[in-house]
Amino acid sequence: MYLDIIITLIKIAIVFGFVLNVAAILSWAERKQSAVMQDRIGANRADVLGFRIFGLFHPIADTIKMLTKEDWVPPAGDAFVHTMAPFLALFTALVVFAVIPFGDTLHIAGRDIPLQIADLNVGILFIVAFGGLGFYSVVLAGWSSENKYSLLGSLRAAAQLISYELALGLSIVGIVMVYGSIELDDIARAQGQYILGFIPYWGIIAQPLGFLLFFTAAVAETKRVPFDLPESESEIIGYFTEYSGMKFGAFWMGEFIEVVAVAGVVTALYFGGWQIPFVNNQGIFFPGLFTIPLPHVLIVLLQVAAFGLKVLFFCWFMLLVRWTLPRFRYDQLMAFGWKFMVPLALLNILVTGLFMYVF
Amino acid sequence: MKIVTQKLTTKESLYFFEIAKGLWITARHFVKNMYFHIAHLYGKYQEVPAAVTIQYPEEKIPVSKRWRGNHRINSRPDGSPRCVACMLCETVCPVQCIHIIAGEHPDPNIEKYPVSFDVDVTRCCWCGMCEEACPVDAIYMDTGKTPEPGYSREDLVYHKEQLLKETPLPNYQRSLNTPGQGPMKANPMGL
Ligand code: SF4
Ligand code: SF4
Repeated sequence: MYLDIIITLIKIAIVFGFVLNVAAILSWAERKQSAVMQDRIGANRADVLGFRIFGLFHPIADTIKMLTKEDWVPPAGDAFVHTMAPFLALFTALVVFAVIPFGDTLHIAGRDIPLQIADLNVGILFIVAFGGLGFYSVVLAGWSSENKYSLLGSLRAAAQLISYELALGLSIVGIVMVYGSIELDDIARAQGQYILGFIPYWGIIAQPLGFLLFFTAAVAETKRVPFDLPESESEIIGYFTEYSGMKFGAFWMGEFIEVVAVAGVVTALYFGGWQIPFVNNQGIFFPGLFTIPLPHVLIVLLQVAAFGLKVLFFCWFMLLVRWTLPRFRYDQLMAFGWKFMVPLALLNILVTGLFMYVF
Repeated sequence: MKIVTQKLTTKESLYFFEIAKGLWITARHFVKNMYFHIAHLYGKYQEVPAAVTIQYPEEKIPVSKRWRGNHRINSRPDGSPRCVACMLCETVCPVQCIHIIAGEHPDPNIEKYPVSFDVDVTRCCWCGMCEEACPVDAIYMDTGKTPEPGYSREDLVYHKEQLLKETPLPNYQRSLNTPGQGPMKANPMGL
């Protein structure tokens, strides 16, 4: 009993350690990657005793700056809600990782340890639900600031998030139909099958359109370019205008955590989760030809590493998207969401259903 | 006002292909630049730049040979300023940033010398008129330097001693017609 709790706590430490560190490093990676993409060098001036290590001190310097800044609460606003909103943003972004499986079940000393913090049988619904709860941070932040522009900004953000939440939910339905489960562990396991004996049956193969829709909607959920109308703090007055110091930092970190979370969900649903092609729980194999056995712990470690790498790749890819595309105009954004994404998501469900009926 | 709207073609209005094209460009830049950044770490391909950035205080763009930089006062062979405190530069300066206090020179041929000579670079507009007005070629703007930032306005007023110490940029070309190099060798007025 106690051992179970300790094991769960260790898993939580590993997963949240990974997510929070990646999120912090993303704030550095965003600057550096955008710089490299644009033939620049990027932030490299923060130095400690003359060491600059490619600007890696900048996230630390930022944090120190945020923590020591004045924490200002609008006097006319609601102090409690104003303080709660950034926490909600962080919490809803972080908690999604609780249901994402990051490895095959580990058999150690006669125990079966599922490498997933909480094996909920409503995994996907949990993700969508907490994505939905994320609106509240936005709406509450704008409302409690007692600033008309913040309120308008939060309404704008909420409208965007709700529109894209719909497309997000509908695009996942395809995956649920194909793998016949809404448990993420089952979905990851089902992606270890092969079609025609050698093509891994990953979500991207089974649901290419679903992947595109899901990814687009998920980027819109993270409120990043090209859907960054809610934030874009330099040009548009958004919902966190009245925030300063670490509370602003919490929104900012929440955004990066959302990026990691979206990368995790995309990996789990569409890129085989922790599956490595042609590695199963016996070892390296090629269907119908040969099998090279490997020790169990090594395979699990490889799978966890594969999951981490896939997540990092998607983080990289989302930064690439963020620094490539221009922003949508608000009417384009809404039209794109309602007149393009939602019908396509419905069409995707229809086509998936037809395929499943025929084959 | 004429508003020109561009109709998207069907392929463009699908966004997907255009986005893929854009991502391809940026990803290509990323991979290429990363390749050279990493190669530089290992000392390879130093001649191929991985970024166009010039890291300013450490690296500087070479300035043109005729570029007007910070002021400098030429000196006589004995080290005293060549300036005769005629006030021409102070008078001609459009923003009044030169302040000279004249004193009597022991040599009756020279008559005057600057007791103090301040150039307030916070006001200077780098027009170069002081340089042109000077009858004895005492003030030059051939140091090739830009003013260093200072913590107070006083830091940005350059005094005589400082101005005397400055050296000309090597190969400075005073004008297109007379490609003189560096400070003048002979004293034009026999002073
Ligand atoms: S360059 Fe022009 S503005 Fe500057 S000191 Fe000389 S005359 Fe004055
Ligand atoms: S014009 Fe030349 S000589 Fe006359 S005061 Fe200025 S620097 Fe001195």
